[in-house]
Amino acid sequence: MATTNIMIVGVGGQGTLLTSRILGNLAVVAGYDVKISEVHGLSQRGGSVVTYVRYGESVAEPIVEAGQVDVLIAFERLEALRYLHYVKKDGTVIVNNQRIDPITVVSGQTEYPEGIIDTITSRRKTLVVDAMDVAKAIGSPKSFNIVVLGAAAKSMDYTVEQWEDVIKNTVPPKTVEKNLEAFRKGYDL
Amino acid sequence: MAQQKILIGNEAIARGAYEAGVKVSSAYPGTPSTEISEKLVQYEEVYCEWAPNEKVAVEVACGASMSGVRSMACMKHVGLNVASDPIYTMSYIGVTGGLVLVVADDPGMYSSQNEQDTRMIGRASMIPVVEPSDSQEAKDFFKYAFDLSEKYDTPIILRTTTRLAHSQGMVTLEDRCEPVDIPYEKNVAKNVMVPANAIKRHLVVEDRLNRMAIDGADMPINKVEMNDTKIGFITCGIAYQYVKEVCPNASVLKLGLLNPLPKKLIEDFASKVDRLIIFEELEPVIEEQVKSWGIKCEGKELFTRQGEYSANMLREKILGQAVELEEAANVPARPPVLCPGCPHRSVYSVLNKLKLHAAGDIGCYTLGASAPLSVLDTTICMGSSISSLHGMEKAKGKEYIKKWVAVIGDSTFLHTGVNSLMNMVYNKATGTVIILDNSTTGMTGHQEHAATGKTLQGEPTYAIDIYNLIKAMGIEHVYEINAFDTAELERVIKEEQERDEVSVIITKSPCVLLKGNVFPDKCVPVTENCKKCGACLRPGCPAITKNADGTISIDENMCNACGLCMQLCKFGAIKKEAK
Repeated sequence: MATTNIMIVGVGGQGTLLTSRILGNLAVVAGYDVKISEVHGLSQRGGSVVTYVRYGESVAEPIVEAGQVDVLIAFERLEALRYLHYVKKDGTVIVNNQRIDPITVVSGQTEYPEGIIDTITSRRKTLVVDAMDVAKAIGSPKSFNIVVLGAAAKSMDYTVEQWEDVIKNTVPPKTVEKNLEAFRKGYDL
Repeated sequence: MAQQKILIGNEAIARGAYEAGVKVSSAYPGTPSTEISEKLVQYEEVYCEWAPNEKVAVEVACGASMSGVRSMACMKHVGLNVASDPIYTMSYIGVTGGLVLVVADDPGMYSSQNEQDTRMIGRASMIPVVEPSDSQEAKDFFKYAFDLSEKYDTPIILRTTTRLAHSQGMVTLEDRCEPVDIPYEKNVAKNVMVPANAIKRHLVVEDRLNRMAIDGADMPINKVEMNDTKIGFITCGIAYQYVKEVCPNASVLKLGLLNPLPKKLIEDFASKVDRLIIFEELEPVIEEQVKSWGIKCEGKELFTRQGEYSANMLREKILGQAVELEEAANVPARPPVLCPGCPHRSVYSVLNKLKLHAAGDIGCYTLGASAPLSVLDTTICMGSSISSLHGMEKAKGKEYIKKWVAVIGDSTFLHTGVNSLMNMVYNKATGTVIILDNSTTGMTGHQEHAATGKTLQGEPTYAIDIYNLIKAMGIEHVYEINAFDTAELERVIKEEQERDEVSVIITKSPCVLLKGNVFPDKCVPVTENCKKCGACLRPGCPAITKNADGTISIDENMCNACGLCMQLCKFGAIKKEAK
């Protein structure tokens, strides 16, 4: 099979690392070769964060380059737009419709762009998720990233059982129940 | 079936340490090497620790090796500079138990102040360098490095890069081998490096490198993949993966031993291909040596010395494919920032108010160099804030230095700042030093250090008392102040700026991200009182957003109720509430 390229983008602290680990463990369970590239250190302090996951029969390169992404999972809409050119023309974007102002906006150097969702939707197959609302509704705002992942699950070829098993074994034990609920809410969107 | 696990490169190295029978590991945190020590903790068979700096860490590993067990030290590339002193001489001494130094380079400078290439330092210090290209190799090559170390009686550098250290790949796990424990034998000629002994050892070092260059032809870490001979690549590390991605049918010589280079192997390979291309990130280390042997090859005329490589570079330069890329959207940059509730922001807002210049250092607080805080004037390396402030005073005089302070974190102060402060005391300086003590090594992900009272394993231990340490140096004016008490901070800084003696102000407030912190409150705008003056926005707290009408909103999930914005608001337009 051809290698599947997934890119996860967001703001440092939004949980891109946990998400990429879930995707990595899924690929292992399904018997694929897999490589994941993470970002640690400085950029995690509220900066723009990018993680790559590649799985298939045999994977060499650990990163995904511009124009090669099959599925873009974005935890913040400005970040989705920043990396939109990485997505293949027939690729899919799953975007959490949340706004987090970068410091360049907070300090008045520039404005947060209007109409981001319209731009993304007009250029790629897009699923817009209000994950924070869903996560708050189940009393677990921190699980918003798993809601997004649930929504993204429909664009990937794993079974729901595989997803749930891997989430159980990857997230911190105390959070399993809430995260499974978050996943199902996202999946049913 | 052998157990397989998906591991980041650093975790694979930790596993390799366990399997290789390593007994002792010492390190100072530094991205991208930090997780090696953090993952080592799970193997009780390996003693591991945080040292105050990389020189200490390497010397601990040297001692363990001399006593007869396998040992290691881990650091980022710039940490190797701090440890330069022991390594240049340890190459003369060699080892008893195997000694491997893991050094992580950072092409692209994701978390570093420069982009140096450790292979060059391997050459300069005459220490062999081994480099893996994925997680499996990180474990395998690390173990093999111990065999090389003991066989050739030399320390070895295992060089990694950010991309390898932080990429996950499948790794086959193996059992731990029986650790070596060689009985100690006194050997002054080998272990005491005075000139008479060192002169003889230098010959040994040269002979060792010559032998390794020859033996390299048969080492399993160097791999020849003969395919189509129109193009042959010589490559190493993560760059190999890009070659395999784009040119799977080309011939490849993948080098695992980067110093010394296996000359015969390279000459043979070069003679079999029509066009020889060297594909190596950062400096032309392989290329310049290969060219010096009279072999025609291409390298840096095609590929940059800067940043990370990519598959698209090969598609463009080798396959001649125009990589048609959609233009990136023109969107606001999102640089990293100090967290909401960060105590550094509070201290910096006071420095801004007093219009002071700051000699900066390495840590989260380096982020204070960017707008809107823009408080730092300089950043060089670990510990340099204090010593460079001293240099400024000696250059321009004590009146000049009244407009300056040095700012340095607690972990960085213990790393190398403490020596700089000794120098200020000794040489009659008058400057003011601010130690931003947040009780952790913040930027690298909250590691313990000598003043936190906990070991790498999280066990309770003695905590160096920074206040009394400084008092013991003979500095009379030392203050501990809550970082969020801006009025008191302002008063003390003003007073100490005028004093013709060294003063140290320790701003004590823990990092907001430390585990166990609970924030029951939040700050809330009282919009009817808001005069839209923007004072609360000035320190650039990410939890505060300016509304279209000039009033503000505060994100209740991000806010930790540090109260800095409340202190800055003169109109009572922000209040604290329970979350």
